[in-house]
Amino acid sequence: MIMDDLTVVLPEVVLAVFAMAALMFGTYSRNHDAASRLVLWATVAVLVGLGAWIGMSPAGTRTAFDGSFVNDGFARFSKVLLLWGAACLLALSDAWLERNKLMKFEFPVLIALASVGMMTMVSAHDLMVLYMGLELQSLSLYVIAAFRRDSLRSTEAGLKYFVLGALSSGLLLYGCSLVYGTTGTTGFGGITQVVKAGDLSTGLLFGLVFLCAGMAFKVSAAPFHMWTPDVYEGAPTPVTGLFATAPKVAAAAMFARVVHDGFGSAVADWQQILAFLSVASMFLGAIAAIGQRNIKRLMAYSSISHMGFVLMGLAAGTAQGAEAMLIYLAIYVTMNVGVFAFILNMSKDGTPVMEISALGLYSRVEPARALCLAVLMFSLAGLPPLVGFWGKFFVLTAAVDAGLVWLAVAGVIASAIGAFYYLRIIYLMYFGEPAEALDGAMPAAHWVFLGASSAAMVLGIINLFGVEGLAAAAAATLVN
Amino acid sequence: MITLSHYLTVAAILFVTGIFGIFLNRKNVIVILMSIELMLLAVNINFVAFSSFLNDLAGQVFTMFVLTVAAAEAAIGLAILVCFFRNRGSIRVEDVNVMKG
Repeated sequence: MIMDDLTVVLPEVVLAVFAMAALMFGTYSRNHDAASRLVLWATVAVLVGLGAWIGMSPAGTRTAFDGSFVNDGFARFSKVLLLWGAACLLALSDAWLERNKLMKFEFPVLIALASVGMMTMVSAHDLMVLYMGLELQSLSLYVIAAFRRDSLRSTEAGLKYFVLGALSSGLLLYGCSLVYGTTGTTGFGGITQVVKAGDLSTGLLFGLVFLCAGMAFKVSAAPFHMWTPDVYEGAPTPVTGLFATAPKVAAAAMFARVVHDGFGSAVADWQQILAFLSVASMFLGAIAAIGQRNIKRLMAYSSISHMGFVLMGLAAGTAQGAEAMLIYLAIYVTMNVGVFAFILNMSKDGTPVMEISALGLYSRVEPARALCLAVLMFSLAGLPPLVGFWGKFFVLTAAVDAGLVWLAVAGVIASAIGAFYYLRIIYLMYFGEPAEALDGAMPAAHWVFLGASSAAMVLGIINLFGVEGLAAAAAATLVN
Repeated sequence: MITLSHYLTVAAILFVTGIFGIFLNRKNVIVILMSIELMLLAVNINFVAFSSFLNDLAGQVFTMFVLTVAAAEAAIGLAILVCFFRNRGSIRVEDVNVMKG
């Protein structure tokens, strides 16, 4: 009995045991720097290996622990995406940590623990499991946001992230308690039965609203986005890159899991909430980013705007919408890995430079790097025919097919506004005022990620590397 | 006679007090940590009240998890706050303002 359950959660168990073993190894090793690098690359290997293992595991839905944990196609797709996203950012952080004398073994261990939490979040089929996964992820991320202990900005980012993250957990938990009180169960299966039986009672509706508010914090959707710019700016750059990838995937997948698995027959009730969050995020992200001078803050608003599109797919409330959401997330993660490979190497005389104006006429200094970033920026802006456009195309189609034409129109307008600040970066690099040239050399590993990411944006237009079919199969297991 | 709605009212009042404590407090970050704790404990009252009302143990099990996580959360919050204090020399809420969002 228990062995069957443990087989289902084996990847999570392996990663958790690995994290604890790595912690022991790091604590008792004599040469800290060498041990830290070893732990970092071992974590990368484990994350990539687990992603491959989960990706190749047999199809089908398996549940564990009395249905409170589910391993289905949707969970597997999200897990592969978030594990590989975290692995990419961890691999990128190696050179940066070395350069900034931050190479400590706790960093990869915390990311491994956060990944365990994220895997639990996307597989949760019970409010308790969901909460525990969410907290494991959040608590690890609070610490790595403040990882640069001697930096005022980093600790302030950690503090802000902690306070607002704890507030959002509180809101989510209050929602959980109301849902439990009105349905008498914490399992999604039981909640679905109550929701199917009739109209939502006031208590259940309040519970749903609180749950959505708590989860909107985690995906940084407006109007719950206020932590994002400060945390992105203050946190160490590889951590910012991590925040923009894996936790966003996990939070969005968890959001989809709750609304579809728990409240799947009450689409009309949560559709309005999600549509509102989506419109607010798209416009806020697009408009507020225009005045930003710091590239990390700009990426923060960019991620708010992109999360608006992700939520648009979810707001459609159909399997097609969930599929579009997964495709969008996969494309979004790929783009961000490339962009952060670039940002990590923006430095002058060894100190990081985050001002956008420093990119003036960068194409003359480093033509290849500037070209890669230009491709990524075009893709982030959603210019056809690059892959970023197809992500938006799937999401907008799903919204139109679900009868949310106004939402799709708003999305197109917001995306046109948002294109301005992406194009401004390209303009600066090719035609702008000459700036004091950045001179950060780029390690070969970073070239691989930047090159691969921008190449994927061009080559992916042929068939999106087959992601479409995989996402469709994954979405079909969630929505039925 | 104390009914379920009495418990829920108390929990709701405590929860709202916690939220207001986070947003209206201008003095000290420690007060924010206390407000967070208040919110989580208000949720616990909700869970236990529902659990007893529904004759179902799941709510009390949930409460145990929440208590554990709240302890871990307070520990991490204080640890980050200590680091912040070392850099800034102050834990007044107005001084958490190097970045403006």
